[in-house]
Amino acid sequence: MSTVKLTNVNKTYANGAHAVRGVNMDIANGEFIVFVGPSGCGKSTLLRMVAGLENVTEGDIHIDDERINDVSPSERNVAMVFQNYALYPHMSVRGNMSYGLKNRGDTKEEIYEKVVAAAKTLHIEDFLDRQPNQLSGGQRQRVAMGRAIVRNPKVFLFDEPLSNLDAKLRVQMRIEIKKLQRKMGVTSIYVTHDQTEAMTLADRLAVINNGRIEQMGKPIELYKDPKTLFVASFIGSPQINLISVQFDGNLLKSGKLEIEGFKNLPTDENLVLGIRPEHLRTNDNGPLRLKIDLVEQHGADNLIYGTLIDAVSEAGGDLEICLRVNQKQEPQIGDVLKLEYDHENALVFNKDTGLRLV
Amino acid sequence: MKRVQFSHSPIPYLFIAPQIIIICVFFLWPAAQGIYQSFLLEDAWGLSSQFVWFKNYEDTIFKKSWLQSATFTLIFSFLVTVLSLAFAMLLAVKANEVIQGARTYKTLLMWAYAIAPPVAGLMGNLMFNPLIGDLYFFLNAMGWDFNHKLSSFDASFVVILIAVWKQVSVNFIFFLSGLQSIPKSVIEAATIDCKSSIRRFWTMTFPLLAPTTFFLVVINITYAFFETFGIIDTTTGGAPGGSTSTLVYKVYTDGFRGSDLGGSSAQSVVLMLMVLALTVIQFRLIERKIHY
Repeated sequence: MSTVKLTNVNKTYANGAHAVRGVNMDIANGEFIVFVGPSGCGKSTLLRMVAGLENVTEGDIHIDDERINDVSPSERNVAMVFQNYALYPHMSVRGNMSYGLKNRGDTKEEIYEKVVAAAKTLHIEDFLDRQPNQLSGGQRQRVAMGRAIVRNPKVFLFDEPLSNLDAKLRVQMRIEIKKLQRKMGVTSIYVTHDQTEAMTLADRLAVINNGRIEQMGKPIELYKDPKTLFVASFIGSPQINLISVQFDGNLLKSGKLEIEGFKNLPTDENLVLGIRPEHLRTNDNGPLRLKIDLVEQHGADNLIYGTLIDAVSEAGGDLEICLRVNQKQEPQIGDVLKLEYDHENALVFNKDTGLRLV
Repeated sequence: MKRVQFSHSPIPYLFIAPQIIIICVFFLWPAAQGIYQSFLLEDAWGLSSQFVWFKNYEDTIFKKSWLQSATFTLIFSFLVTVLSLAFAMLLAVKANEVIQGARTYKTLLMWAYAIAPPVAGLMGNLMFNPLIGDLYFFLNAMGWDFNHKLSSFDASFVVILIAVWKQVSVNFIFFLSGLQSIPKSVIEAATIDCKSSIRRFWTMTFPLLAPTTFFLVVINITYAFFETFGIIDTTTGGAPGGSTSTLVYKVYTDGFRGSDLGGSSAQSVVLMLMVLALTVIQFRLIERKIHY
């Protein structure tokens, strides 16, 4: 039942690396916030600063109305789930879960009840007396979660908690984490580089790049209305198709390819046209032609990868794009498809600044 | 269950032969000789000998001097092990937390490892020399009527101090690598779960270091029993009155100075059995409580 507020938070390491640059954020009570970004973008550092594992070089962090910059990690009343679970190897599952409670002085009866209750929630009550090395990856993950929820913290912090699990378990745990967070209503911050996890878990999503928040908002907002080229290319799977173009006042041009329908774009700048794979459709009168290189069958739909004829990539070679079609369409490799695109969903960016124009 | 039998080639035996030969020639054969000699009564030149069964054992082990030496050895080993482990652990934990100039600290702390025990003893001998020894002057200036030539307590103090100093660096290296093998995230998780760093040390770091500590306890007891010979020989030489003579040192003095080869052999056989028993006890008792 808590809010978290970051005000102009900066982190500079001793070696001069500026990991986090001026982050401002208001997290509402019970909100599920996901930090997403490429490796080394500073998302984990930011989370660890909230946890108290890294000190804050500049700026303030508040939980509720208390400034916690100088409060020790154990007194911030946060709980963290680590990527490699970080279970205490010499303690049983019960010992792992009760360690924090014991240290803050709960009575034995209280601890027993809380541990059993948390274990029931996570379906690990049968493992309470086992050692961590006797558990599977998924069970360890649950114990790590249990260790977090048993403390009934103000804020949950997750540092890529699912990246050590196999694909199936990851999806299952993802759903459970979301349900659990909904049920407990605890403010949560979740760090991941997996954009599917980010999209599905977040109430609000912060895309972080190079220590800065590139954009923050509801997942669907970021998907539909990205403010920058980075956000557009980071959110969405498969990735958005990007075509380097120039505007001549009338047409968008890439090599010999000409695209109509755009107005009021600068003619003296390098532009990028972004079209998501699902916003491309086969149409015999369409303006784009695609030579098929590869077809991926995903069951419900097929992903077609190919070369956009006439277009020139940034490096001057062929331009690869991808489109999503219904599974009934089974095109052959080497075929040429004619495509049209949703004009209202097309995005245009300034290539040099990365900012969106249309 | 049926065992799978493979046809053996003699070549593997050839490969391990050098090691087997070394063990036989330098360990098993001398040990057997020692056991055999412990039943013999010989004159000082080894010209005549007589088989006397356990007489050598009775003559040496029930003597007051042997019991005194055994008591000193136990106290000495206990103190050297405990003190050198405690100091090394303290230094390792602190050095592990140092961020700037960590390499320099670590290198300096490991340096003493390169010093051979007799050299360490010689250095100690100079430092405690009544004429030029700075530590001798210092202790006396502090109001301690220090004289290791006369007081057996003071002499023990000198030997233990040098033996501990020499061993701290070895233990430090092992503790440091033990500390570095504890996953960082486990320590971080504990930081969130527990405020007091002292409590964290005893509930996290110490138990997770237990395998290293156990290994070092075995190594250190062996060190205190056997390798401190050089230190004792170069500092007190067992004086005053044999009060700083460990069992190994007594084996040497009785055998080579006193020319009692049979009695000395009997003592070394007893020593061998003691170490064997000690090791078995250690493995039985301690290993059960250690998480690897």
